[in-house]
Amino acid sequence: MVFEETELRLGLGLGLPGNEAELGLRKRGFSETQTETTTVDLMLNLSPKESAAADGPDPRDNTNTSPKEKTLLLPDPAKPPAKAQVVGWPPVRSFRKNMFAAQKSSEEESEKSSPNASFVKVSMDGAPYLRKVDLKMYKSYPELSDALGKMFSSFTIGNCESQGFKDFMNESKLMDLLNSSDYVPTYEDRDGDWMLVGDVPWEMFVESCKRLRIMKGKEAIGLAPRAVEKCKNRS
Amino acid sequence: MRENHPSTNSEDDHRSSLLDLARAEITESSNSKSRTCGGFPGPGSGSGPSEPQAPFPDQVLENVLENVLHFLSSRRDRNAASLVCRSWYRAEALTRSELFIGNCYALSPTRVTARFTRVNSVTVKGKPRFADFDLMPPNWGAHFAPWASALAQAYPWLEKLHLKRMIVTDADLALVADSFSGFRELILVCCDGFGTPGLAAVAGKCRLLRVLELVESVVEAEDDEEVDWISCFPESQTNMESLVFDCVECPINFQALESLVARSPRLKKLRLNGFVSMAQLYRLLHRAPQLTHLGTGSFSATEAGAVVDQEPDYAAAFEACKSLVCLSGFREIWADYLPAIYPVCANLTSLNLSYAHVNADQLKSVIRHCHKLQIFWVLDSIRDEGLQAVAATCKDLRELRVFPVDAREGTDGPVSEVGFEAISQGCRKLESILFFCQRMTNAAVVAMSKNCPDLVVFRLCIIGRYRPDPVTQEPMDEGFGAIVMNCKKLTRLAVSGLLTDRAFEYIGRYGKLVRTLSVAFAGDTDTGLKYVLEGCPNLQKLEIRDSPFGDGALRSGLHHYYNMRFLWMSTCKLTRQACQEVAQALPNMVLEVINVNSEENAGDVEILYMYRSLDGPRDDAPRIVTILH
Repeated sequence: MVFEETELRLGLGLGLPGNEAELGLRKRGFSETQTETTTVDLMLNLSPKESAAADGPDPRDNTNTSPKEKTLLLPDPAKPPAKAQVVGWPPVRSFRKNMFAAQKSSEEESEKSSPNASFVKVSMDGAPYLRKVDLKMYKSYPELSDALGKMFSSFTIGNCESQGFKDFMNESKLMDLLNSSDYVPTYEDRDGDWMLVGDVPWEMFVESCKRLRIMKGKEAIGLAPRAVEKCKNRS
Repeated sequence: MRENHPSTNSEDDHRSSLLDLARAEITESSNSKSRTCGGFPGPGSGSGPSEPQAPFPDQVLENVLENVLHFLSSRRDRNAASLVCRSWYRAEALTRSELFIGNCYALSPTRVTARFTRVNSVTVKGKPRFADFDLMPPNWGAHFAPWASALAQAYPWLEKLHLKRMIVTDADLALVADSFSGFRELILVCCDGFGTPGLAAVAGKCRLLRVLELVESVVEAEDDEEVDWISCFPESQTNMESLVFDCVECPINFQALESLVARSPRLKKLRLNGFVSMAQLYRLLHRAPQLTHLGTGSFSATEAGAVVDQEPDYAAAFEACKSLVCLSGFREIWADYLPAIYPVCANLTSLNLSYAHVNADQLKSVIRHCHKLQIFWVLDSIRDEGLQAVAATCKDLRELRVFPVDAREGTDGPVSEVGFEAISQGCRKLESILFFCQRMTNAAVVAMSKNCPDLVVFRLCIIGRYRPDPVTQEPMDEGFGAIVMNCKKLTRLAVSGLLTDRAFEYIGRYGKLVRTLSVAFAGDTDTGLKYVLEGCPNLQKLEIRDSPFGDGALRSGLHHYYNMRFLWMSTCKLTRQACQEVAQALPNMVLEVINVNSEENAGDVEILYMYRSLDGPRDDAPRIVTILH
């Protein structure tokens, strides 16, 4: 099986398409040094060259500072907080630098009230490991279903891929699906109930979804009565 | 995790083994006429005073020597033996079976294979350590390929290969797999350039393989090239004793892995990557309860169970592993699973939690059982409180490494002098420490120098550059001074914080056994470096970055550079002119000047990487590297 989005596995799924490549691992071979050390807040006025691409240390950087200047460097209030990164400092290897990003994303996942991202774990029966998605990245069920389809592309998600989830509002179609052996997306909501994806309006889904699980249709049958019940209550 | 026992760290040579090889080469070429030295007369030559005239006394001696030398394993002893005379040199060359090359560019592969003809184990190291932190251009060198082909030709019976910081390609691994029918051990540490196809070749063709260890190496999935290497192992029972692949960032075929473990009865070390879930780990533990070293993989769940169905009894699975002494992994830890390891904690001598975000309470629940712990790696998420818990329980601790979760420079961090001092109070047998923090006081460092006199490795990294002691506002000179003064066995030192030349004066005066010194953003003038170069006779590896040491300091080490493994100086105050002078003064040294940002012929030197070489400069340097001679 080929799973492409391995970056997510490392907790780097910050939801911004560009970042995944930047924060990615060093490729083998002779590619350029990754930019993970110099991505943020490069406004230190120690030297403008420090903020250049991560090619190497700037020779004009610290070598001309006198000993006296050094003690003034950090407490100087005129400088922004020293959040900028110097290449190769501190001496932690790149996979350890990614620890911070990994922790951040797992923190974000547990803070559902975060306005910027809403991470949920996605598991699929039979797949060897979990993914994480940021629900706020998508605006509708078809978008989400597309993304899930790509994520677990080795497995078929059946009807969901082409039609999205709106068919669950149709009771008979629902029953058909559940009787097949195709995969069915389900989610756990805030009440701890497991529901079929697609039975509430999108925004409500994003707010209430804590976790996604793509299970086999047959196993999801147990959820059907609840889903149907909630359908009925709403119509 | 590498199990470097600090006092026998193979990285640090006590003597310059290459120097001895060089001397021996010179001895050999100049003594071309006499076969022996010493007092034994050859047949037909004038008789010595009172020696009996045996038919071939030289031959007898050589036979005896060869037999005796077979028992000599230490390479330093062997180097000494090889210098006695030509006869001993040859006998030693015939009987050396383990080869250690500390710098792949210090000599050519053909020189090695010409001299040593019966080698079955080879260790080669490539890039200097600062390459790990992206300070070296990625295409700088250290290619294994020329070594691979030389070794393949010369030692078809080769059994063991250990490479560190080399570029190893899939083709290289395929060559290894094809060339050595008796191959048994492959250990790749901090290597890159290869992927699953290379692993598949080794797994598939090396039928006698016992050890396959990938440690902190970059192995990624590259689109179409991903291969199910685990399935390539022989289908019958294997001889596997150690399988370490925790750094492999590719999904693994779990069924194949489980089957492999099941048919490897001698397996003792198994370190899984983050693509193995808790439930899968459970199954593997049942297959291999004889494990002594375990890397747990992700240590998290993959299936979000709708019902909390019967989760397997993970603790029981761990408990069944009665021989477990070393635990690592926890790559995506779900802290709820931590209690599973409680049953094995009492026996653990080594625990690596450095990928696990555990807080103080979670740590305490584990560490209070770990009375026998000697090696402990952890993240600073455990805070000073967690360190205090370690200090309270782990009285036998020898090695501690505390890594930062947030590696950015800040003012306050979760660990500080408080936890550091607690460790020094509680863990009196400490031999090796690596400690990242945002703040540290001289008092705490002085305390450790007194409480832990057995320290061999002291690496303190205050993340904020040029940070003084936050309490006294003084430089950190006194703290590091106390370390070199009081820790008489110290061989490896890394300094940080605000440091003046005085700190280096201390190092030069007291650090007589120091072999590896790492300096960054420190010192005031050339005098600082001079103290060190003039005062530390055992210095082997010196790596300096962003410090105001210039040409005068460089010249002060001329007497010593040939004895060293290497000198690294980046973003210092060196001029190309001075480097040129050194290159001319020391013809056996190779000086690589690497200017990444500026012009090729710029007067300033961004990076100087200097090392000795028997065979002159290398021919595979990229354009960005200028070799002075």
